[in-house]
Amino acid sequence: MDGVKVIEIKKSVFAENEKDAAALREELKRKGVYLLNLMSSPGSGKTTTLIRLINLLKDKIRIAVMEADIDSDVDAVKIKEATGVESIQLHTGGMCHLDAEMTRQGLDNLQLADVDLVILENVGNLVCPAEFDTGAVRNAMILSVPEGDDKPLKYPLMFSVCDLVAVNKTDVLPYFDFDLDRCRENVRLRNPRAQVIPICAKTGEGMEALAGWLLAEVKAWKQE
Amino acid sequence: MHELGIVFYIIRDVKQAAEENRVEHVSAVVMNIGEVSTVVPEYLTDCWRWAADKEELLRGCELRVNTIPAVSYCDDCQQEYETVRYGRTCPRCGGGHTWLLRGNEVEIKEIIVSS
Repeated sequence: MDGVKVIEIKKSVFAENEKDAAALREELKRKGVYLLNLMSSPGSGKTTTLIRLINLLKDKIRIAVMEADIDSDVDAVKIKEATGVESIQLHTGGMCHLDAEMTRQGLDNLQLADVDLVILENVGNLVCPAEFDTGAVRNAMILSVPEGDDKPLKYPLMFSVCDLVAVNKTDVLPYFDFDLDRCRENVRLRNPRAQVIPICAKTGEGMEALAGWLLAEVKAWKQE
Repeated sequence: MHELGIVFYIIRDVKQAAEENRVEHVSAVVMNIGEVSTVVPEYLTDCWRWAADKEELLRGCELRVNTIPAVSYCDDCQQEYETVRYGRTCPRCGGGHTWLLRGNEVEIKEIIVSS
């Protein structure tokens, strides 16, 4: 115990997860399964949006859902009852996000041979899930009108990793100081490639456009 | 908020490095944490204390944080500027053709062990 030794590591903490995620994506590609990682704040309407979306798509493609929460299974039960598709609950054990390994464990509980699209509803949070690649083909998020059009400025990482931003609850636009154009511009600043689709999960407005985007994505992934 | 998850990742990587180097106890882990990495060093060290003391290999092991200042680069001016102060807008030309040069690191720099 007379001296100390320094062992250089110089390794990103996320490196292992990124490796796991890339491997999972390759495996999903081989199996022809499209995994969508859906993120948002709590209360943005993720579950309601999912129910409508699944009901629009379930006759065209085979869908399964993985609900990630810190605790409870209310979302998984609700989705199953409202859509009839297979829905499983993942618990993160107190963690604020899912990583690629946890996602893989969840997928192991599904019959992937019978599924074209798996939607992963990540933990409701705009910070942590953005840091961890789950192995999904695409990341999408729901931003609801009451949250404000400045969220892309406050949570830049989340918006820079998402390929699609669905702006939900457009029925309350008249009551909030939320400018759709300003929101689009704020998203564009963070990620010029991201698409913005305004929706209202409650009334169904814009849901066809969202379903169309997802259907085209799944088809392209299976054909490429 | 996600610091605990990051701590579990650090522990996994340090355990692996310790095994490869046949180390029985690690006295310190040195991290490089970028200013705009979204990791809060105080939360990280708090989570670390709680989780590291549960491991034989890491009992009492200190987590040291080197902060890496965030620097952006403006393609139009071809010069660097401080990211935290000016964000995405170049302070010289007011343009937005800028990108982060460094400051996003969450990496394990080295581990210190008794020899």
